[in-house]
Amino acid sequence: MSNHDTQINYVRKDLPKGFLYYGLPLLVIGLVAAFIAYDVDPIRASFNNLISLLLIISVGLGAIFLVALEHIVGAVWSVPFRRIAEHQGYIFLVTPLLALPVLFHMHDMYHWTHAEAVLNDPILYQKAPYLNESFFFARSIGIFVIMSIFLFMFARNSRKQDETKNQKLSKFNAVLSAPFMIIFAISITMIAIDYAMSLEPHWFSTIFGVYYFAGTFATAMAILTLITLKLKSNGNLLEEINSNHYYSMGGLMFAFTAFWMYMAFSQYMLIWYANIPEETFWFLPRMENGWEYLSIGLVFIKFIIPFGLLLNRSSKLNPSRLKLAAFWIIGAHIYDMYWLVMPTYNHVSDTHGPVFGWIELGFVALSAGIILTVYYLAANKKNHIPIGDPKLKRALDFHI
Amino acid sequence: MSKLYSVSALFKTPDEIMKAAAKVADAGYEKYDVNTPYPVHGMDGAMQLKSSKMGYYTIAIGLTFMSLMLYFMYWIYNVDYPQIIGGKPQFPLPALVPIMFEITILTGAVLTVAIMIIFYFKFPNNSHPLHDSSYMKAVSSDKFGLVIEAVDSKFDLESVKSFLSSIGAYKIDEIYFDEEEVNNKNRILEPKFVVGMFLIAGFTSMSVYLHMNKALYLPPFDWMLVQHKVTAQDHSDFFKNGISSREPVKGTVAQGFMPYLYSEDPDGASQNLVNPYPADEENITLGKRKYLTYCSPCHGDLAKGDSRLRGQFPNGPTLHSDKIKSWTDGRIYHVISEGQNVMPGYKKTVTKKERWAIVNYVRTLQRALDAKEEDMQ
Repeated sequence: MSNHDTQINYVRKDLPKGFLYYGLPLLVIGLVAAFIAYDVDPIRASFNNLISLLLIISVGLGAIFLVALEHIVGAVWSVPFRRIAEHQGYIFLVTPLLALPVLFHMHDMYHWTHAEAVLNDPILYQKAPYLNESFFFARSIGIFVIMSIFLFMFARNSRKQDETKNQKLSKFNAVLSAPFMIIFAISITMIAIDYAMSLEPHWFSTIFGVYYFAGTFATAMAILTLITLKLKSNGNLLEEINSNHYYSMGGLMFAFTAFWMYMAFSQYMLIWYANIPEETFWFLPRMENGWEYLSIGLVFIKFIIPFGLLLNRSSKLNPSRLKLAAFWIIGAHIYDMYWLVMPTYNHVSDTHGPVFGWIELGFVALSAGIILTVYYLAANKKNHIPIGDPKLKRALDFHI
Repeated sequence: MSKLYSVSALFKTPDEIMKAAAKVADAGYEKYDVNTPYPVHGMDGAMQLKSSKMGYYTIAIGLTFMSLMLYFMYWIYNVDYPQIIGGKPQFPLPALVPIMFEITILTGAVLTVAIMIIFYFKFPNNSHPLHDSSYMKAVSSDKFGLVIEAVDSKFDLESVKSFLSSIGAYKIDEIYFDEEEVNNKNRILEPKFVVGMFLIAGFTSMSVYLHMNKALYLPPFDWMLVQHKVTAQDHSDFFKNGISSREPVKGTVAQGFMPYLYSEDPDGASQNLVNPYPADEENITLGKRKYLTYCSPCHGDLAKGDSRLRGQFPNGPTLHSDKIKSWTDGRIYHVISEGQNVMPGYKKTVTKKERWAIVNYVRTLQRALDAKEEDMQ
């Protein structure tokens, strides 16, 4: 089937203004709140900053993963959305700006950064070859640089294909995504271990990277779904895109909601069953001082409710219900990150129980502002569909 | 003349069958079906099928059996054989979740398929009018077929035939029931079948019972299972108390075992027992290891009474009090062996040498936290 010469007649290139009308105010509010928060309560602000960082990594790095996944498995249905995922991947490029304040307050957050504490602690002393500041920075910078290079190469080949219609570029991207997969698996595990798990450096869970990855995939897919639905209603995408395509997005969000539960439960049950103090102490603060309600709530918010929202076939075909589920999954991911990170804030700052206030809301606003604004900057006036892709015609005819 | 089942029509390409199915649906027929050699995308839309309700039945079946399984496990853990296993709660819910999950999937899937076979295929009947017809041979190799059943409310033989030829069928056949299929009912409730099933079940259980409980004990199949000897914890008619095992003579001592003579006599232990092991590096290292394993959870790593039990158990007292410092080694050894207040005795888990080593280590700790002037030099 030689469909690569199919002409795409009409693609509206300017993005809906909503991206800026909502994105800029949210960004400004978030930045102001963040600056005030760092002035008032720097420790709490840096923990919230970490939540935002983990969320933005999920959205950006997850999108790069979606692009590579499509290339490596030769997926057809997702071809019309690949350019959106590529633009979404540019959100990953702002992560250093979010990571810097966290790194400046490292000593308040990460116990293992205190050299004298490490010397007197046999467990941390053994872990020091991995958990030390210079290697930590090297890992962070290395992951950022390598992933950015992959993003630029994927995106550049894809853009070049719009003009040249050269089929070899698809093949090249597929070859490129094979090493990407291996490096991505190592990277996201390291991100999860370095930024989230090492908050409690004595604790370890070998499944933690997969736990974070499950949430990452669902969140990146949810953002992609929301942007796709918005662009479709604005006329940026082609007429042929319909419920048959949305169905697979809903299916993947559903699958990774269940996958997250599988990972979370595996982690919890093994630790509960073995019941040894070296592992259980991570869960104990999450079962007292009000955290127990949040822990039970996590099961409902992150698993049971989105599972119910997406279980029905018609809910995956209906854009408005899909939109609700996508918003819910993003909110649940923020809730999950809060649950992962904030008990350590209690520990560090000698507070008890979950804290919630304008600082938390401010950083959520900041994250939303970053996502909307950066996406607008990356995607405005560009092609929103990879019009040169040889699989595009087949993808538009896709039927579930 | 046998009974008419349906009129069948054959088409040559998937495009034709898609259009034909849409036209049949538009004409208002309801009891019709399409047979193709492979799944054709978009056929459910062309046939105007509503989405299946089967999923709801599956989840209802799965959840029902999940609840039954949950109740069964509750009954095992709390009613039939209540026993604490591995320090877990009496009803260890997280450990039961994998079983509940798997029962839900297993019963949901297997029973849905089984019930469909019973209701639609009329198990144990295994024939269908379409079987062994030239129509079925064609649609299972390379043709695309469509049947309109005679039970449809709009069915009229001549008009259906002309309608099918008008929508492009190249071959139209009438399909009749076989003789035995005419009065084909759901035979699963027929007395013959039910009785047969019960007979099979009865025969199977009876033969398993006889095999496991009787045949195995008959010579020559018993393979030395039954012997003329007294086995442990067996019933005995010979002895008066009816127990086959005899108690050892009073004062019997196991090989290599030295009984502890001061069980009820702490003062005797305090005065008469002397630490036979020197406080050298080997003994203190051994004592440290055993102390950290058995003593430190309650008394703390440095014996300051800083328990790491988070208040779930009474805190052990500090071992740096003047009272304990003034005790002799024998007295500390006695407490480790026999326990005191809520502390249990450790003579069954910690050997004699290890207990003396712990005494040496406790002495070392006491000296370390309250060092004298000459220790500094």
